[in-house]
Amino acid sequence: MTSVRNLPVDALVELALTDDRRAVGRLLTLVERNGPEATECAMMLHAHGTGSHVIGITGAPGAGKSTLVGEMVQQMVDGGSHPAVLAVDPSSPLTGGAILGDRVRMAGVTEAFIRSVATRGHAGGLALAIPGAVRVFDAVGYNPVVIETVGVGQVEVDVTAAADTTVVVVTPGMGDAVQANKAGLLEVADIFVVNKADRPGASDARRDLELMLDLSHMTGQEDASYRPPILMTNSLEGEGHSAVIDAIETHRRHLVDTGQLAKRRRRRIEFEIESRLSTVFEQRMIELKTDQRWVDIVDTTTAGTIAPPAASQQVANLLLH
Amino acid sequence: MSDANDDPQQRWQAAYDASKLRDVPFETMSGVPVDAVYGDGPYPGEYPFTRGIHASMYRSRLWTMRMFAGFGTAEDTNGRFKELLGAGGTGLSTAFDMPTLMGRDSDSPWSLGEVGRAGVAIDTLSDMEDLFADIDLAGVSTSMTINGPAATALAMYLSVAEKNGVARSQLGGTIQNDILKEYQAQKEYIYPPRPSMRIVTDMVRFTTAEMPRWNPVSISGYHIREAGATAAEELAFTLANGFAYVEAALAAGEDVDTFGKRLSFFFNSHSDFFEEIGKFRAARRIWARWMKERYGATDERAMLCRFHTQTAGVSLTAQQPEINIARVAIQALAGALGGTQSLHTDSYDEALALPSDKAARIALRTQQIVAHETGVVNVADPLGGAPFIEWMTDEMERQAEDVFAKLDDMGNGSILEGVYAGIENGYFVGEIADSAYRFEREVNAGRRIIVGVNGFTDGDDGEANLLRIDQATEDYQRKRLDTVKRERNQVAVDESLASLTAAATDTNTNLMPPIIEAVRTYATLEEVAMAMEQVFGTYVEKAIV
Amino acid sequence: MTDKTEQIRIVLAKLGLDGHDRGIKVVARMLRDAGMEVIYLGLRQTTDSIVAAVEQEDADVVGLSMHNAGHLTLAPAMVEALRQGDIDVPLIVGGIVPDADVEALEQAGVAAILGPGASAEEVVATVRSVVSEA
Repeated sequence: MTSVRNLPVDALVELALTDDRRAVGRLLTLVERNGPEATECAMMLHAHGTGSHVIGITGAPGAGKSTLVGEMVQQMVDGGSHPAVLAVDPSSPLTGGAILGDRVRMAGVTEAFIRSVATRGHAGGLALAIPGAVRVFDAVGYNPVVIETVGVGQVEVDVTAAADTTVVVVTPGMGDAVQANKAGLLEVADIFVVNKADRPGASDARRDLELMLDLSHMTGQEDASYRPPILMTNSLEGEGHSAVIDAIETHRRHLVDTGQLAKRRRRRIEFEIESRLSTVFEQRMIELKTDQRWVDIVDTTTAGTIAPPAASQQVANLLLH
Repeated sequence: MSDANDDPQQRWQAAYDASKLRDVPFETMSGVPVDAVYGDGPYPGEYPFTRGIHASMYRSRLWTMRMFAGFGTAEDTNGRFKELLGAGGTGLSTAFDMPTLMGRDSDSPWSLGEVGRAGVAIDTLSDMEDLFADIDLAGVSTSMTINGPAATALAMYLSVAEKNGVARSQLGGTIQNDILKEYQAQKEYIYPPRPSMRIVTDMVRFTTAEMPRWNPVSISGYHIREAGATAAEELAFTLANGFAYVEAALAAGEDVDTFGKRLSFFFNSHSDFFEEIGKFRAARRIWARWMKERYGATDERAMLCRFHTQTAGVSLTAQQPEINIARVAIQALAGALGGTQSLHTDSYDEALALPSDKAARIALRTQQIVAHETGVVNVADPLGGAPFIEWMTDEMERQAEDVFAKLDDMGNGSILEGVYAGIENGYFVGEIADSAYRFEREVNAGRRIIVGVNGFTDGDDGEANLLRIDQATEDYQRKRLDTVKRERNQVAVDESLASLTAAATDTNTNLMPPIIEAVRTYATLEEVAMAMEQVFGTYVEKAIV
Repeated sequence: MTDKTEQIRIVLAKLGLDGHDRGIKVVARMLRDAGMEVIYLGLRQTTDSIVAAVEQEDADVVGLSMHNAGHLTLAPAMVEALRQGDIDVPLIVGGIVPDADVEALEQAGVAAILGPGASAEEVVATVRSVVSEA
């Protein structure tokens, strides 16, 4: 039997570039594992970039993000786009397992490529896996690429914020807007969506967001010519999704017109390089801790022979060489 | 008379004396006479009906031994119905196959492998005509276990009756039509909750006006329990659904004392004996109190929680299937001690397949033993007053009231809105899945012993003789449907479906008349479902385990 | 970095109209608690939707839960759909499958069958062994 699962990376890349979904699916697995194949994949695909628009969607658990994404993606398909979705859900911290249910909420979306991703406990992994997966989709020609994350952990926020357009979803009545502010989502939002807008408190949530935006404008944002719109949607009734899609397009054009798009993408590359570096250093640090030289440095510092800053410098030198 | 009204015991005695009793000795096997009731009031037949809905309970009438039937084609099931009626039965209980329950025709790609398997296949009025051929519908009580397409099934049933000269007002029976528990447990829904509730409410209004002997909703906890709920969750979710139907009917301007009398319930009887009995007793008390105090019922008959009971299918094991007979007996006994109005006992082979004839007979015999040999029917609520059973009843009630408070809160003072919210936010399915998983883990850890499964496993000598429905049924039913479609007046079908779609867009129009019109043109079950789906849309459960 | 690379990804689904989802939800949690990534598709799936999920999710194995006596029709249809899609991923069927049907399902290409009352250990061990043999 032929199976793409045993093919080498170069063969997979070749197949994937013809939009063979099995090959794309397999490459995503390799990227997620962050092993040597992931590196190989990144090396081969980076040059194939097609400039897909990357949309991050985040918000509190239960905000209805998946349903919203499902509805939007269906409309994108109907409008002739070829979207892909990365739906990120937390792994169980105890067992490392996960139940990934976003496909249920996106049921009926048959044309888009949907990939469920578990956070797998280690934050650094996600910070590499997501850009890697986006690179695969971008190279194959999926556009836009939608990343959906729960906006709780810093890494999730960072990953989503590294998108071209970041949509923050809140729901009425639970202090979501305030929570979003605390989680640092307010600064990164290009578009706000108040979902489940039929519920009591929707207009309060909107007002809270307006107020916080007024404040942040007074303290000076980097891009004064753009004020994030606040849109009201109702996922169950399917209301307001075209407005979100329109707002994303408006934001995209704004990014292009003002030259911000290039800046954001540069920042994204920067973020990926930083993530890779910290992963490399973390890994070396782990290895170093099993090394006698680490033990010696700690021992001499404990004995008072050298001071901690000097010890750190010695460790840094070891890590760099 | 005023003395009798003031003294509960005399009041009970008066009601008891007015009751017609069965002509059997009310004494023990050894000939010791026993009283009709023991202990203090409130007595059976007295608000809040904790101890039973009648003063004389089973001394007047045993529970109805209602066994579920339905398999293969309509003709096959018609044959079984006639056998049951020939043997003295007066109640027919219909099981439909999965495509019918989901509003799909036998020729739909979705129906592949399912036609006639778990019940009878109904595609058009023609099948319903065959199902009840040569049966006097004025003289039987028919129960139809169907929810999503319930309106269509009822429309077909009354059309068959009217074709045979029986007026709809003469028809007696029950249609399950409990759509809310579908979203919570059984998952046989078609449309989203709100339009589905509109259909249920239209049916309540229609039957209240035109079919006074018909029970338009059987509010069912059975499936909630089977899906993994605890006894208290079954109780709470079921009664909450009941409150939701009441609120919907009240909002539609119906009179609580009129439709309240036509609501009935359907509970599960599982193996934890006293918990089950406590649950049944609590159900009656809670329902009566809420109907009176919250919904303003004044007619006591509108406060009665009348219920059907079925033993717990989920408790049956595939291992050593014969021992299921013992489980069913214990569960049936709990149902009787809990004061059920009717009872279905499961067949011991149901963990593996549809019941075989022999297994179904043993199941019926099991409840006959409870009714005729154990003596539990001689005394109303024989456990009432025992400290443990009273505590258990209170405990069930307490847990249920906690749930009602939560739903009331979620719905801002409306249980109906709270139930909608609980469906949308995954509250019900989440609680049920949590309970199911907790139970499973306890079994896995050996903290809970299931005989034959994780304890006492010796002696499993293989499977019983299983009933099989062969593939020929599916092929036959498809050909039949094809013939009906060719012979009907397509213009009339199209017109009636278009009228139905138009009616669906107008919430002030009762959907029953246009559905009746459509089924009379031999529009199929699926065509009728789709005519409304165009307006109502479909439902997908968004909540994950 | 190799500790997580062997994590099993399993697609769990109900194929067709059968709405009994107590078992599949319990199994989803069992497998999660055994450290697997469960891609849960839920009710009313078609062979096409399952094939699409397996491709996109690069699943190692598919689990179907069947309670309506349709397994002799539906399970072989699933095997065939995977074959047509050129997907070399094993299929496990769980639920109500009488012993008498096990052989027919195995011959149709079902990798393993988990009957009523299978314990958590059996479920997890079966998934692991089916994946390692694939």
